[in-house]
Amino acid sequence: MAFLDRTARTVFLGELIAGMALTFRYMFRRKVTLNYPYEKGPLSPRFRGEHALRRYPNGEERCIACKLCEAICPAQAITIEAEPRPDGSRRTTRYDIDMTKCIYCGFCEEACPVDAIVEGPNFEYSTETREELYYNKEKLLANGDRWEAEIAARLEADAPFR
Amino acid sequence: MVEFWWTYVWPTAIIVLEVVAILVPLLTAVAYLTYVERKVMGAMQLRKGPNVVGPFGLLQPIADGMKLFFKETVIPSGANPVVFVIAPMLTFILALIAWAVIPFGEGMVLADINVGILYLFAISSLGVYGIVMAGWASNSRYAFLAAVRSGAQMVSYEISIGFIIITVLLSAGSLNLSDIVLAQKTVWFFIPHLPMFVIFLVSILAETNRSPFDLPEGESELVAGFFVEYSAMTFAMFFLGEYANMILMSALATVLFLGGWLPPVDMVPFTWVPGPIWFCLKIALVLFFFLWVRATFPRFRYDQLMRLGWKVFLPLSLVWVVLTATVLQYAGWAQS
Repeated sequence: MAFLDRTARTVFLGELIAGMALTFRYMFRRKVTLNYPYEKGPLSPRFRGEHALRRYPNGEERCIACKLCEAICPAQAITIEAEPRPDGSRRTTRYDIDMTKCIYCGFCEEACPVDAIVEGPNFEYSTETREELYYNKEKLLANGDRWEAEIAARLEADAPFR
Repeated sequence: MVEFWWTYVWPTAIIVLEVVAILVPLLTAVAYLTYVERKVMGAMQLRKGPNVVGPFGLLQPIADGMKLFFKETVIPSGANPVVFVIAPMLTFILALIAWAVIPFGEGMVLADINVGILYLFAISSLGVYGIVMAGWASNSRYAFLAAVRSGAQMVSYEISIGFIIITVLLSAGSLNLSDIVLAQKTVWFFIPHLPMFVIFLVSILAETNRSPFDLPEGESELVAGFFVEYSAMTFAMFFLGEYANMILMSALATVLFLGGWLPPVDMVPFTWVPGPIWFCLKIALVLFFFLWVRATFPRFRYDQLMRLGWKVFLPLSLVWVVLTATVLQYAGWAQS
């Protein structure tokens, strides 16, 4: 009987028709496409995107030039130079990230003792030239100012799991 | 002078106009078939398909065409330039001239020749030349291998198509495509010849090198098949030729099995719709089947393809020819 059964399925194209019925049903299902520039998928609070240097609420930059991020960076994308400021505090004079070297591992963020360098939620910063991806301190601080609200919210959302 | 005008110039002008009246809608249909293909396959794979260029992406085929038109035609240094350029033209032209004998409605046919079906069969057999020439002239091993595959495949499936056409001819008693359609007034041939209809549909998939029989362009092993070396308009010619062939084969399936321009039921609401519209609707249905199959099935292995063609379809269609002839003879339905 099994033989007859199998032969009948072959002759009457049972499997083929079942397959085509499946694709026909799928044709009317809801599409999973995200219309990207207009619709975006959700991001985890841990998402590691474009870097930013944060400030304290009083406007003072957080980074104390401890160079832990520079040390831990596996791609050696971070370059820091520092000297004491006239008021005696230690601050960076230069803080560069070569975004073309960066592998977005997030170690800089983990290493930072003062939560100064973070990887924010932004991932849409493609440029037309390579040079534009050599970020300096100014650019990173500007990013921090621009994304501060979201960065703070994300840090808080992720805090219980850290 | 006046006589020359009325006997030569005027009929030529009429014929040219008729040709344009067929070709312009045909080429538009070819362009939009690519769009529909992407939309239908997208829908079946839960995607949206093109939706950016124009409303619902309707201008996408035009954008694609412009892109191909403005690109550079690269002719490889090892290639035979004459044959290399002729091959896509041949494919494209053969896909177009076959339309001369397709009846779009009662009496609406460019060349109402008595051996229409033979002409169609001959033209579609010639189609393999374009591919073989392309494969040979490219001087590339991928293209050559694809051309050899394609040649073997088209020849194999043409035999079963030939037998299927013979069964239809026996039932209709004519080689004229209009007469074949009119012979289906009582019942469309896909009902008495259902197994042959299924085999015909599968065979035309193989004949037009469509998935799941798209081995000649099997991108996973042959890069792109016989047109690896082609670019710009030469590539576009192959592309248009392939899709025009799909529409042609759908038209053939419509004429042979789905009653051409005849309405499904010979009753009032259906007969109000003019014949050419029924014809186009039926072609669209068969074309949808092409796309549907492409979205559903994985590609055949080459030996399976040959087995199906020679060991399954050929004997089946042969038996069906004999069966049809016997039934027609002994039931007394045979036209002398």
